[in-house]
Amino acid sequence: MPVRLAFDEMKGADGTVRPAYSELADWLKDIRPDTLDHRRQEAELLFRRIGITFAVYGEADAQERLIPFDVIPRILSAGEWDTLRRGLEQRVRALNMFLRDIYTRREVLRAGIVPDDLVFQNPVFRPEMNGQKVPHDIYVHIAGIDIVRVDADTFYVLEDNARTPSGVSYMLENREIMLRLFPELFARHRIAPVENYPDELLATLTSLAPDSAPGDPTVVLLTPGVYNSAYYEHSFLADKLGVELVEGRDLFVKGGVVYMRTTQGPKRVDVIYRRVDDDFLDPLAFRPDSGLGVAGLMSAYQAGNVTLANAVGTGIADDKAIYSYMPEILKFYLGEEPILKNVPTWRCREPDALAYVLDHLEELVVKEVHGSGGYGMLIGPTADKAQIASFRTKLKLDPKGFIAQPTLALSTCPTCVDAGVAPRHVDLRPFVLTGRDRIRIVPGGLTRVALKAGSLVVNSSQGGGTKDTWVLDR
Amino acid sequence: MRIRISHETVYRYDQPAGGVIQTLRLTPRNHVGQFVVDWRIDVSENCELAQHEDAFGNIVHTFNADGPFTELRVLAEGEVETQDTGGVVRGTIERFPESLYLRETPLTRLDPAIAEFARAASAAAGGGALKALHGLLARLHGEMAFDTDPTHPATTAAEAFAMKRGVCQDLTHVFIAAARSLGVPARYIGGHFHRNDGVVAQEAGHAWAEAFVPDLGWVAFDPANGISATDAHVRVAVGLDYLGAAPVRGTRTGGAGEALTVAVQVAQAGRQMQS
Repeated sequence: MPVRLAFDEMKGADGTVRPAYSELADWLKDIRPDTLDHRRQEAELLFRRIGITFAVYGEADAQERLIPFDVIPRILSAGEWDTLRRGLEQRVRALNMFLRDIYTRREVLRAGIVPDDLVFQNPVFRPEMNGQKVPHDIYVHIAGIDIVRVDADTFYVLEDNARTPSGVSYMLENREIMLRLFPELFARHRIAPVENYPDELLATLTSLAPDSAPGDPTVVLLTPGVYNSAYYEHSFLADKLGVELVEGRDLFVKGGVVYMRTTQGPKRVDVIYRRVDDDFLDPLAFRPDSGLGVAGLMSAYQAGNVTLANAVGTGIADDKAIYSYMPEILKFYLGEEPILKNVPTWRCREPDALAYVLDHLEELVVKEVHGSGGYGMLIGPTADKAQIASFRTKLKLDPKGFIAQPTLALSTCPTCVDAGVAPRHVDLRPFVLTGRDRIRIVPGGLTRVALKAGSLVVNSSQGGGTKDTWVLDR
Repeated sequence: MRIRISHETVYRYDQPAGGVIQTLRLTPRNHVGQFVVDWRIDVSENCELAQHEDAFGNIVHTFNADGPFTELRVLAEGEVETQDTGGVVRGTIERFPESLYLRETPLTRLDPAIAEFARAASAAAGGGALKALHGLLARLHGEMAFDTDPTHPATTAAEAFAMKRGVCQDLTHVFIAAARSLGVPARYIGGHFHRNDGVVAQEAGHAWAEAFVPDLGWVAFDPANGISATDAHVRVAVGLDYLGAAPVRGTRTGGAGEALTVAVQVAQAGRQMQS
């Protein structure tokens, strides 16, 4: 089992505590188990009081659940973070250049880097965006890049999230709770702050206002409403940003400009941080049955009078089928080697790759190209015969719909479990903000942890938890 | 043929509407065999029509009209000079490679029945995309009955095909789904059709499909009439399906009891229009 070979971020490959974790290891050694347990309960109580919950689709009983929080932080050294930060900036620059190209000149297709059909027949490619100018030529303003680690030096990009990535509220809440519960631990470390994320986000959004906007642009956050699984985050962020949280019915379009209904009359809106999917944004342009959008929004967008963050059609950049081409895409636009590697990926659309995957299903992770949230995925080493057989059938029926990757030995971090403290697999979702002026990344991100022993699935919808992520200042 | 078209959409409200926003794809463009002599759009309420071109090259007008009003009329009318090109469509604005038109949409989703229908029609027609498409056209025209009752604008190709009935929109959706299943790029065309039986007044615009044939390019197939497009067809808008080419899409605030009527008149120019 590859799981046993996993790199532990505290104890390294040889069992000696790595420098970034030295203080934490000492602290863990000294702390009494019941104290840790007590703090853990306190943390849960705090989260309940704050009301930070998420909804799991397809579960009838638990409409709103508390996402489990692990009180032991995950620590990255200044050097590790520096590499990550540079790699993330590079990756997101390439994503934006790719999107601009795909919706205008399509040079990447002409150069034969990406096959045409992966773009034109991809449901997440939006023909409506073709030739459409977006303010400042930036498409992905808020990206969540999922990173996994396999050894001391190797971080892989597991997935790009270029549509409406969520989870940043957990990053902020986790830090706040940790500061309250473990002041003594903070006193023993110099940790880069994350509390400025809302300021950085607002600065980013404000910088993106279209040229036709007044000097002091109005930013709003558009939510699908209280029934959305991430509604808590929407209201949390709007509050932290100090902007209006609006639903589609609060906005209207007139004369190619978006307005918000207020008690003082209509107010022009310049930047919409939208957490509504493309399909539902505008019933006149996309799904006509959508009650979540704003009629005519796309016409205001086309007229250049409003910025949508993220842009419409960014799904083509984070599509799992496109993902495997990202190293070549990045080199094509930037002429640089990727700082962050991709996970080696078999494209089942290619006959040789498909044959290999079918022969090695027991070892591989197979993912649906259009799936998300850990649904529709096969983890070979932990799957039973029936699951493997069913994936074999699915793969043969629709090879284009799948990619496969080796089962990675995701790094582990010490985590509180029933039996004390034990290593559990983690990933990391840093949030990359791209404004007109520059790219901003708050050090760290959201660490997700698979709480079940041996499990590699960190998604909150599949029983994963979160941790505070510390980036050491030095 | 010189064709005079008047396409009026009338909304009436029991309780006055507070306002509407609409996008219109009602304006034909020039291409080989089609020349727009004159064209205008008129909205009964005071408003500004903002014009732009969409990603598919269609001319789109967007407008807001503020209520209250109990009636709203949107009129598109003008004259178009056409020539028969044997169904071959050239000189249109093309922003995408043909392969884009292999995309499935919710309204044109393939189901096993349509796939089998397409396979059988193609096999019977014998080799080549053009023969297969003509086979498809003839069979579809023969098997699906024109019936305005059972379908509505949101009816999918599969639903209409299962009932074996529908309007030109439905037949076109089935044709598109079938053609795409054979690997032939296909798209939806909204427009007008001049009837040669002297009937001028029609209850709606017309719809047909275009399919991409190697060496020929885009060829127009009209499954409701069982023919390739002729000089009796006036092409107005193109899309992946009805939604992309819909003449009017809009929403309204306030008001209630909306009744929609569409009156289309297509006549040879210079002849008397009957209303």
